[in-house]
Amino acid sequence: MKITVTVNGDERTADVEPRLLLVHFLRDTLGLTGTHWGCDTSNCGVCVVWLDGKPVKSCTVLAVMADGHTVRTVEGLADGATLDPVQQGFVRCHGLQCGFCTPGMMMTARWLLDHNPDPSEDEIREAISGQACRCTGYENIVRSVRWAASHEREVAPR
Amino acid sequence: MQVPAHFEYERATSVDHALALLAKWGSEARVVAGGHSLIPMMKLRLARPEALVDINDLEELAYVRLDGDALAVGAMTRHADLLASPLVGEHYPIFHEAERVIADPVVRNRGTVGGSLCQADPSEDLSAAFAAVGAAAVIRGPDGTRQVPVREFHTGPYETVVAPGELLVEVVVPVRPGGWRDPVQGAQRRDRFEAATGGISERSERGWQGPGGGSAYEKVERRVGDWAVAAAGAAVWLDGDTIGDAGIGLTAVGAAHFHAPEAERFLRGSPATDAVLAEAGRIAAEHCEPVADQRGPADYKKHLAGELTTRALARAVKRARGEA
Repeated sequence: MKITVTVNGDERTADVEPRLLLVHFLRDTLGLTGTHWGCDTSNCGVCVVWLDGKPVKSCTVLAVMADGHTVRTVEGLADGATLDPVQQGFVRCHGLQCGFCTPGMMMTARWLLDHNPDPSEDEIREAISGQACRCTGYENIVRSVRWAASHEREVAPR
Repeated sequence: MQVPAHFEYERATSVDHALALLAKWGSEARVVAGGHSLIPMMKLRLARPEALVDINDLEELAYVRLDGDALAVGAMTRHADLLASPLVGEHYPIFHEAERVIADPVVRNRGTVGGSLCQADPSEDLSAAFAAVGAAAVIRGPDGTRQVPVREFHTGPYETVVAPGELLVEVVVPVRPGGWRDPVQGAQRRDRFEAATGGISERSERGWQGPGGGSAYEKVERRVGDWAVAAAGAAVWLDGDTIGDAGIGLTAVGAAHFHAPEAERFLRGSPATDAVLAEAGRIAAEHCEPVADQRGPADYKKHLAGELTTRALARAVKRARGEA
C-alpha cells in the first residue's frame, strides 16, 4: 500500500507491504541507515526514532502505522553542518565505542533534554534504561548527555 | 530477521469505524493499539491475523479523567500518560507504582492500557492492578456497550471476554472516599495527611479523597523492564483501624483472574495489624499455582506472592492512614 511519512521534515512516499517494519522502511526503502537494527524484539533500543515527537522502538512499529505521521531519525538531529549538542557531547565525552547503540541513545537523550533541560544522572539512566550499550559504556553516555545539557545554550540554535 | 506473515492493514478513524472494520473481517481480525505485544508475536508467527485494525488514530480513546465517582481511563491511554497523570497519582498510586516497572520508558511511550489488558499475558502488571482496585472494563460492540469487572475479564492466558467484533474502549475505577465515619478521628487524619502532602487532598474536584483508602504495587523482576517474577497489588479502605474493604491483585503466579478473593475475604472486618497483613499474604500465596520457568522455581514464586502481597498491603494501609 502507498504511504506518506514525514521524515526529518521531508514527505516521503513509498509503496510498501503492511508487514514492513518502520526500521526497515527507514533503512532499506529510504536509505536512512543511521537508525540501527538490533535485537528485533524491542529490548535493545538501537532502533529508537521519534514518532510524532516521542521516542519509539521502530522494530516494533509497522511502517504503515507511520502513514500520515512524522518521524525524526538521527539524520535529523544536526542542523546542516552544526551537530546537535547531544551529538557534540557524545564526541567530546567519548560517548560511543562501537557506535551501535549511539543513534538510539542520542534520540532518547535529545527528547529527554527537550523535556528536562537539567536531568540528574539518575534521570538520564532511567531515560535510557530500555536501551543497551553492548560496550557497557554507560558512564560516558551519561557524561555526554550531561555535557549537552550544560552546554546547550552555548551552541548554535537548533 | 523477524517479519510478520502477510496481513491486510486497516486504519480506523473512529470507534464506529473500528467496529465496522472488525465486523467486516470477523474473527480473523486483530485490533492493534501500541502493538508492543502483538507485533512481536506476529514477528515470531505466534499470531497470524488476516487483518490488523489499527486504532492508534483514535485520540477520543486517549484520556484519564474523573467521571462522577470513577476514574475513567481510555483504552488508548499510553503507559507513559497513565504514569504522568497527577489524577491517577492522587487517587490510586498503585498505577504509578505498576507503570514505573512496566517495560521501559520508550516502550511506555507506545504501549497502551487497553492493549495490555486485551493481550492478557499472565505476567502483565496492569491486569493485577485493575483487579486489585475493582475496576470494570467497558466494551463496545455492534449491539452497544457492556461493562465487565476486570476480575472476570480474563478467561485464560491470552484470552479475554472481548468477542470478535468488539472493542475495549475504557476502564473505569471506582473512587471511594474510604471509612471516615468518626468525624473527630477523620478530621485528625485529614490534617495529618494534608500536613504530610502539602494539601494535595484539596486538589480533587470532588472534595478531598486522601486518607481512608490507599493502594500500592510491589514487583520483583530480574532486570529493569522485565516481566515480573511475581508481583502483587493491593488496595485498602479503612474504617477506623478496621479494614472495611480490601482488594488484592497478583501477577505471574497462577492466580485465577489475577485475583486473591480468599485473602480479601479474610481482611474484611479484620484489624489492620502486621500479623493480619502477613496472614493475608499467606492465604493469597496458598491459592496461587505458579509455574517454574526461566524466571524462577514455583516455590520461590509462591513465596514472593505472599511476601509481596503483605508488603503491598502494608504500604496501602499506611497510605490509607495518611502516613505515606
